[in-house]
Amino acid sequence: MCLAIPGKIVALEERSCMRMGRIDYGGITREACLEYIPDPQIGDYVMVHVGFAISKVDAEEAARTYQYLAEMDQLDEIAGPEQPRDKTT
Amino acid sequence: MKYVDEYRDQKMAEKLAAEIRRAVTRPWAIMEVCGGQTHSIVKYGIDYLLPKEVELVHGPGCPVCVTPLEMIDRAHAIARRPEVIFCSFGDMLRVPGSTGDLFQVKAGGADVRIVYSPLDCLKIASSNPARKVVFFAIGFETTAPANAMAVWQARQQGIRNFSVLVSHVLVPPAMTGILESPDNRVQAFLGPGHVCAVMGYREYEPIPPRYGTPIVITGFEPIDLLEGTLMAVRQLEQGRAEVENQYVRAVDADGNTDAQKMIDRVFEVCDRAWRGIGIIPRSGYRLKDEFRDYDAEQIFQLGPIHAPEPAICISGQVLTGLKKPHDCPAFGKECTPQNPLGATMVSAEGACAAYYNYGRHLVALPSAMGKV
Repeated sequence: MCLAIPGKIVALEERSCMRMGRIDYGGITREACLEYIPDPQIGDYVMVHVGFAISKVDAEEAARTYQYLAEMDQLDEIAGPEQPRDKTT
Repeated sequence: MKYVDEYRDQKMAEKLAAEIRRAVTRPWAIMEVCGGQTHSIVKYGIDYLLPKEVELVHGPGCPVCVTPLEMIDRAHAIARRPEVIFCSFGDMLRVPGSTGDLFQVKAGGADVRIVYSPLDCLKIASSNPARKVVFFAIGFETTAPANAMAVWQARQQGIRNFSVLVSHVLVPPAMTGILESPDNRVQAFLGPGHVCAVMGYREYEPIPPRYGTPIVITGFEPIDLLEGTLMAVRQLEQGRAEVENQYVRAVDADGNTDAQKMIDRVFEVCDRAWRGIGIIPRSGYRLKDEFRDYDAEQIFQLGPIHAPEPAICISGQVLTGLKKPHDCPAFGKECTPQNPLGATMVSAEGACAAYYNYGRHLVALPSAMGKV
């Protein structure tokens, strides 16, 4: 029920005094209300729940954490996956 | 799909699981709060990737599940009225009341419609001025801004034939309710990512120091859930108890302040009954008095409804992490998604329905108690 799907804003429009947008979800496009997103821009990624964007995806944070996870991956590759290590602290 | 596919990478999932194995030295019970997280965990078999010391127990965060049977009966009674167009999210249609579900109410001649967004109801109301359009406004904090906006816009646009049947619930009071229970076995929480996208996580910060229970705000994809579990295990192993945020790409400490303002304009906090659990003080929203013209309970005075639950159902204990679906004698036998006996079987995000839908009723699993 609380699922929100990340999608890209591909068009902006105004209707009934509400900021609305067309959101692309990997090829499928639907309308969403953008009233809760300050200064939405075409190309922004937003998390959409029941037709409302509830947050903007922070691209820098996403890249940073993913980089961190990927680096953990590489370190493990070097160490060897089955090698025992001290307890992580 | 960007921000989805990369968070389902199998190799990275295995690496995170290995990291959890390295970090853990003793048994821990960690509760994922949100039903969407439960569904992902069972769908992807995340719990099977974890070492035996780490047990995921499933929380009360499925709003469809915890909507009281009385409220569902109330919805059905309203939907059966000839002047009513009853609108709902799709998940609620299969939830049985005391006599049948909304699909059966519809088959009996009622005008029941599935909507994608609560704003759809305003279009339906405008095009059907002689009918009364009622929306079943359920959900957690994630859904509250959408439902609040529908009511606000109805007033702004002068739409008078629209109302909402509100059964909104809030996450933090349910979490503290679980921690206050003398039987509690939850030692850390994976916090509800999308609830916190709206609300932020400052209101969670008093909980870890008070109860010694870490909270890691966590997303919904397999990598999110595994990283959230790793962060929780590290806190537990290090004796820390604080709020950490795994889901940084969608959540910050303050949340969505515009959405919070709209919630505060339209709703106020009230006591709410949770199916399977009972009344939790200050655990829900109701419409503020100034919006009573949009309150379906005021418009359709139905009086008290009493709906007894089957005695065999243990969903209250499943919702609070005390039991697992396999601990119930009715699970997969008398109780199935087609014939649910209680809260955790009525929605795909309920723990019992998730276990059943992914074939876990066919295999014998250790019970919640047997593992510790």
